[in-house]
This record gives sequence, structure tokens and C-alpha cells, in this order.
Amino acid sequence: MPDVKDVGALMSVTYDVAARDFVRAGEAASKLKRLLQQLGLDPAVIRRAAIAAYEAEMNIVIHSYGGQIKVDITPESIEMICEDSGPGIPDIEKALQEGYSTATEEIREMGFGAGMGLPNIQRSADQFRIESTVGEGTCLQVTILHEAGE
Amino acid sequence: MVQPYFHSVTLETENCKGCTICIKRCPTEAIRVRSGKARILELRCIDCGECIRICPNHAKRAIADDFSLLSKFKYTVALPAPSFYAQFSGPDMSISKILQGLLQLGFNAVFEVAEAAEYVSLAIRRYIESSSIRPLISSACPAIVRLIQVRFPDLIEHLVPVHAPVDIAARLAKEMVMRKLGLRREEIGAFFITPCPAKVTSVKQPIGFEDSWVDGAIPITSVYARMLNVLPYINETEGLQQASSVGVRWGRATGEENAVGVPRHLAVDGIQSVIEVLEEIEVGKFNDIDFIECQACRGGCVGGPLTVQNAFQAWVNIEELTKNLPAEIVPEIEQEVEKRWEDGFYSLEAKIEPRSILKLDDDLSRAIEKMELLEKTLESLPGLDCGSCGSPSCQALAEDIVRGLASEGDCVFVLRDGVQSLAEELLELARQVPSSISNQGAADKGLSEEETEK
Repeated sequence: MPDVKDVGALMSVTYDVAARDFVRAGEAASKLKRLLQQLGLDPAVIRRAAIAAYEAEMNIVIHSYGGQIKVDITPESIEMICEDSGPGIPDIEKALQEGYSTATEEIREMGFGAGMGLPNIQRSADQFRIESTVGEGTCLQVTILHEAGE
Repeated sequence: MVQPYFHSVTLETENCKGCTICIKRCPTEAIRVRSGKARILELRCIDCGECIRICPNHAKRAIADDFSLLSKFKYTVALPAPSFYAQFSGPDMSISKILQGLLQLGFNAVFEVAEAAEYVSLAIRRYIESSSIRPLISSACPAIVRLIQVRFPDLIEHLVPVHAPVDIAARLAKEMVMRKLGLRREEIGAFFITPCPAKVTSVKQPIGFEDSWVDGAIPITSVYARMLNVLPYINETEGLQQASSVGVRWGRATGEENAVGVPRHLAVDGIQSVIEVLEEIEVGKFNDIDFIECQACRGGCVGGPLTVQNAFQAWVNIEELTKNLPAEIVPEIEQEVEKRWEDGFYSLEAKIEPRSILKLDDDLSRAIEKMELLEKTLESLPGLDCGSCGSPSCQALAEDIVRGLASEGDCVFVLRDGVQSLAEELLELARQVPSSISNQGAADKGLSEEETEK
């Protein structure tokens, strides 16, 4: 896993995300959003970070056995590392396609698993990396620049 | 010079008992209790009027205009909100009768905001069709627009930048009077009969444009009693009523979404419900919805803090009053909207600016320092959110402390712990009487009886 701790993080926070906990699902993204607002970051940047964090959080809740979202705020960017232990993604390319989902019928009935999670994260990020090992878990690295354009 | 922000919602200091009921209900955490009285934090207040509704001592009040303002104009036009109609019921009640009543109160003319709402509905539809942003959020409720400015600044681009019906009503009415009677704009006074303080504030300082065509906002509560005096004597009900049921139903929740009539729409009423939905939109949900009507008050404008009738009764009254009205917007209005849409007649002129209240500091590193201090402070607080400190929650107190507006001793639990450890320390000190005057003192210092004797 790439370590971004040393690139001059001004602040680091870690949110634990429990598998299958739909009562608390979304709380990590919500806390992160408030934190970024308190830091006075640009609303558009906060929006993209909140969407990416929310989708990553939901992925961990729905698909994994649990994980963490670590956020480093540097002078230039928000770096998110979303790491879970779980089944992993066998075909990453497919998983990045809009509408592709492996969520169960039950999850879809709850209004999740529309296959937009990873594409939405990718769209929100300035840099995006995904690594996954089947049977072990998945790690996303999401960078959102403070001064980004679109 | 920065202009002082005008607020309609204000505190009646004498009535305030310093209880903490209002601070908990305020959706933007804009109230603190200090020195036994509530204080409204100007920058945070969105004039929604939740505190007016909840205060058991009637210590919150809306500043608004009154009838004396009418005498300043050569010609006056009443602009009744659709929710104003909903205050009245009875077998002989009709919208024409209500409008006639307003003329008897001294207005020279009436222009239905409900009619302007029809123009606005079509303009909103036009905008939705031209925009790729989803979901789009109505900007008709000024409390919601301000809520978004202060708490959801990242959603500003989702607001439909179309004027609210009352602003279009004022402009159409004045243009008509100018044309027909040859009066100048400033000789005509247009007065909104308002269900809420948020609209009073909008008239004084509009969002998204400079100069309001509305000259004053008179609360429904001030007009109601006068209306009761004149209504029984009105017999003739010549066709003053113009708007269809589509426009009149804007007065209650779901009226606007149905009037706009895009394929996928929904209506949310009650500011807490609106906050929940906005939070979902912030993380990318509801993006398959075209248009969301958001109303700060439950039931929509009929639930406004400056109305008289119970909101549920008012809801039914709207049903009754619109029963026999045409249910379609007339084609003339459609053509009119089409004609003036391109000129920007319906569009807000200026950008809606964010007014974020959460930011701890303008400088990122300083904000982070404060954030860390905030977290540490929060850990030392009990997390009960009791409100006794005068801030709405432990989180809010921690923020206030970091901003220098409060101190840890404001927390009764921290204070009690402090007093306890102080008392223990005192007791400890009291025990430590100098050995020169007490045996106990010497014993405590580990000196044995014999040693002391020596």
C-alpha cells in the first residue's frame, strides 16, 4: 500500500467502517464533510470529497468484511485511502464500468448497488488508483486537489 | 462599508427567560444563551422562524412592515401570498371575496402572487430543461436558499436561479400600473402579504438580485383581524380572481412541484426533513430526480410562522377554494413566459454567494490547529448535549470555545468536576497544617513522635 503519511500531511484522520452496518453507513462521509467545511475548503472540493468518501464507505459496507478510510489533508490536496479486507475484485476493469454491480438482489432492493460507486469515485477524483487481491481485499487511493478545475 | 445584515427574526429581551428550548431547535445553531438571555448570531440566522414557533414565552418576534407604509405611495398594490387565501373558509368564501377585502383595507389594486407563480412554474420548467445538473432545487423558499448558503454551500449550483413568485408579481403589477395610469415606478408601492419572516428579510435584502420590486412585507397575522372586520360586508364578488388552481396550490407543499410538472419530481417540507435530503444530495444521491421543491415549513407556506390558521386546516381551505377553479395554466401565460425568458426577465441577475458558517479560520494551517484543539476540547466535554452552557450541543460549545466565544467552565459538568477537585485540594491543604503548630502535620510528614520530641 502506498504511504502518503510523509508527503507533508497537515492533518490525518481515520474512520472505521463496519461491514453490513446500514444504520451507521454514511457517517464517515458525513463526518469528513463537516471536518472539511470547518477547515474552510472550497465547496466544490468538499462536494467531490464527500461523494468519493460516501461511495467508498458504501462499498466497504456492502461488499467487504470491514475496513477503514484514512484521510490526509495536505496543503495541496485531500488524500483518501480506503482499504478493506474482503473478497476483493476479480475484474477491476469491469467494476469500473457504469452500471456493473455484483451486489445481491437484497442490497439492490435497499436502493444500493446500482453499479455507480467506483465510477462516481473515479469521476470525483483528480487521481485514482485501485488495487485488489481476490480473497484479501481492496485498496483505493483517491486524490482530490484543492485547486483543481473540473 | 459592510452593510449590517437585516434580520426579520429578533429577540424580545424582556420576554426571554433564558431557557434553552430555542437553541436546540435552530437548524443553523444560530442561538446562544448568554447572561440569561438568548442571543441570535446574525451571520448564522436564516430567518426561518423556527424559534418564533417554538418559544413558549413569545420572546422571538418578526420585524415586518405595517399599513402605515402605504401612505408613502401614490398608488398601492397588495400581493397576497396563496397561503393568505388559506386563512379563510366558509360556505360563501371565495378568492374574489378575499381580494375585494384587501381593496377595502386601503389598497388601490391587487395582484395575485398565485398568478405570478404560474409564470414562475413555467420559467422553472424552462430552466430545468436547459440544465444538466440534477437534482435541481427550488429557490422559492428564502429560508431554504439561506440554509443552503450557510450549511450546504456546495449545493448552490443546484438551486434554480429563477425569481420567486412574489418578485415577479411585484414587477408585473407595477409594469401594468405604469402602463395604464402613467405612474412612475417609485410612485407605486407593492406589498406582499407574507406568511413568513424569511420573505420579510428577502424584500429588504434580496438574494441573487439588487433591487427588489416589492416595497414591503406585511405579515398575514397583521392583516387577518382587519379582514375579519370587512369580509362579512362584501357581497359583490366581481371577477378579481385570475389565477388557476395550479398557482393557488403553490401555497401548500407539493403545489410547486406539480405546477412545474417535469417528469421526476418530489416535495420535501419541514426544515429538518429538508436538511436530511440536502445531506443525501451532497453525497450524490437523488441524482435521478429532476426537481425538488423544498419548504422550510411543514405543510409548505400554509405552515408559515406568520400565519393564523392551523396548517392542516389551511391545507383543506386551499382545497375548498380551488375546487371550482380552472386546473390549467392559460396558453397566454405560456406565450408570455416564452417571450420574456430569453431577456432574462425570470432569471436571478447575480450569483447566489456561499455564506459558510462552519469555517474555523481563513488560513488552512490555522484552521487545522483550531480543529485539533476542538477535538481535544470535545473529548473533555460530557457529550450529553444538555444545552445548559447556552450552546446547543457539546460540539457547538467546543466550536464556541475554539472561536473564543465561550470557555470550558461554561459546561456545568466540567465546572462541577473543577469544583470537586478544588474542594479536594482545599481539604488536602487544610490537613497540611504546618508541623510547627500541629502533631498531625508532623505525622503526615513522616516524622515520628520521638523525632518530634528530639
